[in-house]
Amino acid sequence: MTKYRINKTRFVDQTKTVSFTFDGKKYHGFEGDTLASALLSNGIHLVGRSFKYHRPRGIMSCGSEEPNAICQINDNTDLTEPNVRATEIELYEGLKASSQNCWPSLNFDIGGINNLISPFIPAGFYYKTFMWPKSFWKKIYEPLIRMSAGLGKSPTQPDPEIYDHKHEHCDVLVIGGGISGIISAKIAAKNNLKTILIEDKNILGGSTIYQNNKNFVIDGQKSNEWLMNEISELEKLDNLIIKNRTSLAAFHSYNYLLAKENISDHLPLDKKNGSIRQRLWKIRSDKVIVAAGAIERPLIFNNNDRPGIILANSVKKYLDFYGVSTGLNNIIFTNNDSAYETAVSLFEKGISVKIVDIRKKSSSNIVKNAEDLGIKIYWNSTVVNTFGYKKIKSIEIMNLSEDGSNVTGNKHKIQCDCLSISGGWTPMVHMHTQSGGKLDFREIDQVFVPTEKSENHINVGSCNGDFELEEIVKNTNYKVKKFLNINEGGFDKISVLCSKESEKKNIWLLPNTISESKTKSFIDFQNDSTAKDIKLALREGFKSIEHVKRYTTTGMATDQGKLSNMHALGIIADTAGVKMGTLGTTTFRPPFTPLTFGAIVGRNVGKFFDIVRKTSIHEWHVQNNAKFENVGQWKRPWYYPINNENLHEAVQRESKAARDSAGILDASTLGKIDIQGSDASEFLNRVYTNAWSKLGIGKCRYGLMLNEDGMVYDDGVTTRLGENHYLMTTTTGGAANVLSKLEDYLQTEWPELDVYLTSVTDHYSTASICGPNSKKILNKLFPNKDFSDEAFPHMSYQDAIIDKIECRIMRISFTGELSYEINVESKYGKSLWENCIAAGEEYKITPYGTETMHLLRAEKGFIIVGQDTDGTMTPIDLQMDWIVSKKKYDFIGKRSLYRSDTMREDRKQLVGLLTDDPNEILEEGAQIVSELDKKPVEMIGHVTSSYFSPNLNKSIALAVVKGGKKMNGQKLFVPMENKNINVTVSDFIFFDKENKRINA
Amino acid sequence: MFVINCPYCGERDQSEFSCGGEAHIVRPKQPTELSDDEWAEYLFMRKNIKGVQFERWNHAHGCRKWFNMVRDTSNDKIHAVYKIGEKPPVI
Repeated sequence: MTKYRINKTRFVDQTKTVSFTFDGKKYHGFEGDTLASALLSNGIHLVGRSFKYHRPRGIMSCGSEEPNAICQINDNTDLTEPNVRATEIELYEGLKASSQNCWPSLNFDIGGINNLISPFIPAGFYYKTFMWPKSFWKKIYEPLIRMSAGLGKSPTQPDPEIYDHKHEHCDVLVIGGGISGIISAKIAAKNNLKTILIEDKNILGGSTIYQNNKNFVIDGQKSNEWLMNEISELEKLDNLIIKNRTSLAAFHSYNYLLAKENISDHLPLDKKNGSIRQRLWKIRSDKVIVAAGAIERPLIFNNNDRPGIILANSVKKYLDFYGVSTGLNNIIFTNNDSAYETAVSLFEKGISVKIVDIRKKSSSNIVKNAEDLGIKIYWNSTVVNTFGYKKIKSIEIMNLSEDGSNVTGNKHKIQCDCLSISGGWTPMVHMHTQSGGKLDFREIDQVFVPTEKSENHINVGSCNGDFELEEIVKNTNYKVKKFLNINEGGFDKISVLCSKESEKKNIWLLPNTISESKTKSFIDFQNDSTAKDIKLALREGFKSIEHVKRYTTTGMATDQGKLSNMHALGIIADTAGVKMGTLGTTTFRPPFTPLTFGAIVGRNVGKFFDIVRKTSIHEWHVQNNAKFENVGQWKRPWYYPINNENLHEAVQRESKAARDSAGILDASTLGKIDIQGSDASEFLNRVYTNAWSKLGIGKCRYGLMLNEDGMVYDDGVTTRLGENHYLMTTTTGGAANVLSKLEDYLQTEWPELDVYLTSVTDHYSTASICGPNSKKILNKLFPNKDFSDEAFPHMSYQDAIIDKIECRIMRISFTGELSYEINVESKYGKSLWENCIAAGEEYKITPYGTETMHLLRAEKGFIIVGQDTDGTMTPIDLQMDWIVSKKKYDFIGKRSLYRSDTMREDRKQLVGLLTDDPNEILEEGAQIVSELDKKPVEMIGHVTSSYFSPNLNKSIALAVVKGGKKMNGQKLFVPMENKNINVTVSDFIFFDKENKRINA
Repeated sequence: MFVINCPYCGERDQSEFSCGGEAHIVRPKQPTELSDDEWAEYLFMRKNIKGVQFERWNHAHGCRKWFNMVRDTSNDKIHAVYKIGEKPPVI
């Protein structure tokens, strides 16, 4: 045993040594230790430097509220993890931990100079100082501040661990495995309710499990022994799931809760064996019982942050649970009875202990117990200063004045190596408020307690403000029975003896002889904000608690102010002269403790991150060297490079081939909606801008769909397959939204229409063959079919058979070339495609991708919804007046086309742009101006599509320009970073204006 | 995440649904008869009440049916769900 490991307990197995390193040095602890208890057993308190002043800081608590002992775990590039609390890490063989926020080392930190100049770094210092000169921010201030700020190092490699999600439903969820949680879970499970009990530690029992003080007795047994028996009874129950190492992250409405289970974090690296690291539980519970406990408060006095200053109950836990003494010469500084339990424990282990109490007296059993043991108590006293740089060495105390607002008498110095502090207890109301619950302020002991209103959850134990053992046990039994509507709880006749606190006193900021501006009374230890920072914020005019919090950063560190929020509120209330209850609290947001990104995303990483949709022809594209582009979730061939062609070279070749001979495109991804019903024609009349009633069976028509605001929403060709049967195509990316929109109108506005919509996008594969030789290829594929213009004209459709497979052939064109689209059931898509390629071989049929498709249609001035439009373009803006029916009484968006705003003549309108230098290709998105010298420069439009056309041998572009309709021939400019490009507005149909090639 | 009682499918998690905004805004039967202001009232103006609100919801990842719901936006308590065309309940 080391000097500080003075006690044997049942929780730490001192026969099993575990070695670990901290800041590169090797130490030993035992199985059952946390990193914090193991460090303390080696006499190490100094574990980090504070955030702003780089002051030495030590372990301060034993749980998730820890503000100082924040470590970096592991040193490899993929598994390293920053901001882990040493108080929560279970020790394992080979654990590597290091301190954060210090440079060059923990013991000599150059940032410590901040501590010396701290009078010059008040709250808001960064906001006030680094404002000017403005240019300094990005290159000088920000990198410097970031380098000296200690937030640990992120891993640089992908996380190799496995994370998991699990959905669970239950009747009762109990949050917290302390005494009240155990009583609750037992009552619920024994009454045949499916119950889950979650506990963030590895062992159930909370603080009662190591409460061996003789003043706390249940049914004649010491409370810890009674609880151990209860736990072993509990573990035998069938309909109860107990989840240790599982912490609640969020409590959402309708009793939907997220909890994170640590599965293998406590195992040595070589024993994980590919195990899941963490599992996120998504629990929907009929009833929730919150038994989250309470957190001990610190006291706020000058230099209250030195290593060796530890919360009193944590000192007791290190002693009675881990067997570690945090010091050999202890002083306890308290305002309440609970710290006396720590004093008695220390005394009984033979460790020197004295008590400083701000109260004038207390006559409870536990205080009597301490007095009987002969422990020295300084009543009505406060600590005014502490000494010792890297570890506390001594304190100075003074008497308090009658009203507690000042100090009197002489300073009295006492030597010590550990100062245990206790400022009372704060109920953990985070879960309650996350679920929407409200709080009441209880004046007598200055705590916020839950207001019980919900039918679906209750709070029991100390998180409900019940701090004494007897009321915890009895109230929990009573409340749970009532909540679950149970008559017999099993704890009805229980007898509980405990010490009862009668004297209460609280001073949020303890008085001192020296002026406040010269003290450092820390409130938020992690973010280094002090009492004087809060007072400064108030003086500077901040009133709202939320503003003071953000200005001083109190409560905004990784511990989310678990230790600091109450004192900040208290000091604000005292300074501003308002009551705490009216001040309210800041909002407690999930997660309660930090969650890893891994736990949040679970298995949805890598190829499971998002759905990938592939056409049935995808394999062929891969084999033929296609480069792909993502269109929505679809993988579409972008271009097919040959012999190391780049994008430009491949697209030029493909575009030329499609116009000179034949090209083939996989058009399977276009959205396809099957529309049937006796009102199908009327329905199309209402959703498209043009008229549909007279479209003959077997004919196709292009349609433009607007939003109700008159802006272009989608477009595509719809084919009339039968009297009451249409096949609509949509843009690839818009398919799902179009279907939803159409369903919406059908179900809510026009339920009288007899129309049925079915998405058939995935059901059909489409090969689109275009070019002057396409008809010859079709003739080869379908030798029995007449493809003459008379028998099969443009914008019509016919059924056909290929290899016994039924096809639908549409003669439609998005390239301006003679063009056919062959649709087959998806399972035959690849064979159809291969047939087309074989039939086209003699015409050098060229597969082309989306880039060539975009170029070819741009040559023809066909828009792409989403590229040339952006939700602000009407069909009139697009110069597509021809497709807007004047005769139809109504269609979606019609009325909006006559609003004063949509009729403005200076709206951005679609035009063509030609560069004066035909080889200059504009950048898509580039801004357009009419005057170069005028300042400020007025942007009158932007380039939407731009290509080098191999068929015209010049650069072409589509653009939207204010009042562009009337600007044909006008010279404009496209200013770029290094030059201005001269352009001329032109017609946006660049190629084959007469549309002759469609029937070539 | 709340639980919604779809009038066609029963209770399902909220993640299966999408909200379509305020309910009972009927598309005018004769839009061309409306002034710009009247049309704008239909097109743009929506209430965003803290309290009881009548909303349209769609069981998007389920039966794809639209229905109406009465929800208190301040605490997400759902007072009623009812089919399109049914009379809104008095809350």
